Amino acid sequence: MSALYHVTRSSKAAQLAAVFGAIGLIFLIAAPWWAGSAMMRLLGEIFLYLALASLWNLMAGYAGLVSVGQQAFVGFGGYMLFAVTIAGGLSPFAAIGLAGILGGLIAVPVALLIFRLRGAYFAIGTWVIAEVFRLSFAQVSSLGGGSGSSLPVAVVRSLAANKDGREAISYWLALGAVVVVIAAVYLFLRSRNGLALMAIRDNELAAGSLGIDIWRTKFVVYIVTAALTSMVGALIFLQKLRISPDAAFSVNDWTAFVIFIVVIGGIGTIEGPIIGTLVFFALRETLADLGTAYLIILGFVAIFVMLKAPKGVWGLIRARFDLQLFPLGYRVLKRIQKKGA
Amino acid sequence: MEWLNAVVQGTLLGGLYALFAAGLSLIFGVMRLVNIAHGDLIVLAAYLGLTVVTMLGLHPLLALIIVVPVMAVFGYVLQRAVLNRTLGDDLLPPLLVSFGLSVILQNGLLEIYTADPQKINAGALETASVQVGGLSLGVLPLLTFGIAVAVIWGLQWVFYHTALGRAFRAVSDNPDIAQLMGLNRRHIFGLAMALALAVTAVAGVLLGIRTSFDPSIGGARLIFGFEAVIIGGLGNLWGTLAGGVILGVAQTLGAKIDPGWQLLAGHIAFLVILAVRPNGLFPRISA
Amino acid sequence: MPEPMLQITGLNAHYRDFQALYGVGMQAHAGEVLAIIGANGAGKTTLMRSISGLLPNGAGQISYKGQDISTLRADQIAALGIALVPEGRQLFRSLSVEENLIIGGQIGRKGPWNLAAVFKLFPILEERRAVPATSLSGGQQQMVAIGRALMANPEMILFDEISLGLAPIIIKDIYAALPGIIGEGMSALIVEQDISKALAVSRRVYCLQEGRVSLEGASRTVSRSDISRAYFGVE
Repeated sequence: MSALYHVTRSSKAAQLAAVFGAIGLIFLIAAPWWAGSAMMRLLGEIFLYLALASLWNLMAGYAGLVSVGQQAFVGFGGYMLFAVTIAGGLSPFAAIGLAGILGGLIAVPVALLIFRLRGAYFAIGTWVIAEVFRLSFAQVSSLGGGSGSSLPVAVVRSLAANKDGREAISYWLALGAVVVVIAAVYLFLRSRNGLALMAIRDNELAAGSLGIDIWRTKFVVYIVTAALTSMVGALIFLQKLRISPDAAFSVNDWTAFVIFIVVIGGIGTIEGPIIGTLVFFALRETLADLGTAYLIILGFVAIFVMLKAPKGVWGLIRARFDLQLFPLGYRVLKRIQKKGA
Repeated sequence: MEWLNAVVQGTLLGGLYALFAAGLSLIFGVMRLVNIAHGDLIVLAAYLGLTVVTMLGLHPLLALIIVVPVMAVFGYVLQRAVLNRTLGDDLLPPLLVSFGLSVILQNGLLEIYTADPQKINAGALETASVQVGGLSLGVLPLLTFGIAVAVIWGLQWVFYHTALGRAFRAVSDNPDIAQLMGLNRRHIFGLAMALALAVTAVAGVLLGIRTSFDPSIGGARLIFGFEAVIIGGLGNLWGTLAGGVILGVAQTLGAKIDPGWQLLAGHIAFLVILAVRPNGLFPRISA
Repeated sequence: MPEPMLQITGLNAHYRDFQALYGVGMQAHAGEVLAIIGANGAGKTTLMRSISGLLPNGAGQISYKGQDISTLRADQIAALGIALVPEGRQLFRSLSVEENLIIGGQIGRKGPWNLAAVFKLFPILEERRAVPATSLSGGQQQMVAIGRALMANPEMILFDEISLGLAPIIIKDIYAALPGIIGEGMSALIVEQDISKALAVSRRVYCLQEGRVSLEGASRTVSRSDISRAYFGVE
């Protein structure tokens, strides 16, 4: 009898998940035909929050960059959409892409500044940046100043001819965004950069001694996350049709909720934000009537999870069943061959 | 003259910011913890002050006699029951737990007191002023600045001339070995948080007398305190005072140019200093 | 034979997933000086940390004067009268020499050791009392570390590799001062890599090898070849 070892990234569970995922995706793409307006709007919201959560998770859970200021880019992306379509006359589709690119560009000087801070001070620094963005945009009267502005009807009409068409397009854009974001995160983590990132996360000192440029890796992650977050921000405000500084740069909406999603779902895994988003929206749909009590409950749940189950719901599942649906780690499998007698 | 007045007002405002920052600085110095809920704790103290004043009819400064010990005890319990469990090598737990705490505090205050702006009535103190040179200086800002200086002096004295301060420094240097000296780490951290929240209580009540407040303003206070600490340099309480003053002056000068520019001017001053002197002006520990 | 002051039975110590000590057993009697020798990584410092409470232990593995101290916190164990001079000195950076000594006495146990007594033992420290402790030379820092442990007036003092990183002449001076320290009926466990020094100053010796006790004997009579075998684990 001889044993052969082979190394694989995949597993039965991952392959199964891929199949189910593909089926689910087809189902979701077909939503405009089986879902009503309210359902599509809810799904769209779920997709966009999931995208934001996946991006925040990439930064915090993998790159160790905890930001409480991502609302800076959500709002920036939203404002760029408005600015570019109103002033530049571009189509919303182009504007969304451009918003992403511009977000990435502005993230460069921002990163150069705040990378001088570490740990929790970095976190608060990101918040300061968001405040600077908010206060600055409130000064721009052509974009509505402190009270904001609405998306012109002409721009809205250019999405699609009729209301049904517009709803479907908005929905597909959101679905497309979350698929792009999760795919990007997954591919990034499987790449050399991603490996470097996980090495840094596990042991920064060792990673550095292997020649990994820690600063540059984190910098790249920050820029890419900013760009994609801006793109999602543009989509969010395309759906809302109206923007104002307080809504665009709201800490509660774009940071608090996102953090809760990731913490409860499971930080540092791709599956975590997916679970977290589902849990968050389930809670929201059932508890939202309670108003502030709902937020207090969320706060307690987040603290409880962080103290008792720091790896979140997915972390518990993974520890119990040793599952990984997005194949990232390596598995060593032993294949035993019997030699004939 | 107008500009001189703005600078002086900004300097006095800096005293309040230094009080916001002192608690933050102390906690970071002793246990390397940054409490995102710090601003909301300042607001909590303001509301406590308000409640004591309205229910007992005391003068706000007398109300401190109740508010300070209550906040100190709350700090000790908070540290031992919750925050101590987050300390360790990983930076996420304390950050995320204190973030959750921030949300709970804000919304809890919202539930109890509603979103209506409140203010602590201090009667004549609010408008009294003295003439110095050609300038009219408010008694309250002067008092606040004086209290800030006294508090910082007091904290420095505790840190460098008492057994408790020695324990703080030892536990901050080497938490393991400090235990060998018979110091119960969890208790010492609890005391540090109690002291920090006692200072925060003073800051909160003074804030409440000075301006109107509501549950949502905690975030901005945290940022001002944080900016004062970073501008001044980590690990240096007098530096924090200087940082507060610089921030205050930047804000009042900005407001002079255009009222809408007040906050932005402060943030920009912070970012400029971050760009040019990332360790602050008088650092003892690097960020 | 009187009851042992310190009784260790079946001590298993872990750092996360890694096991450093396997079923270690030893005893020390009041007023006795024990040497603990072994190669790097044998588990000597782990043993010291386990006894002093810096490393968590399973119940029933360490008892001191008849009391099970296995699960007590380090500060509680210090209050009972066990003091550790840690490996690498580990003085408090933000404290002066004098403050490091004073904080050693924080525990408030009664006894002959106080600031004046420590300064008498190591006069150089009195000269440099106001200086930040970590700005002293290696040998002087070791004196502060020893003084700091003495200030707690312990009944049992653990010395973890006090000669590490010091020049031979300094080591000689420190070991010369040792009888004056331990002479008062105090028990001591001395972890050392320098075998001859350790044997010269102790009554009994234990050797650790890869986390296990490989030898126990009287310091005067144990043979060099026995020690070599126990130290390196080679037959």
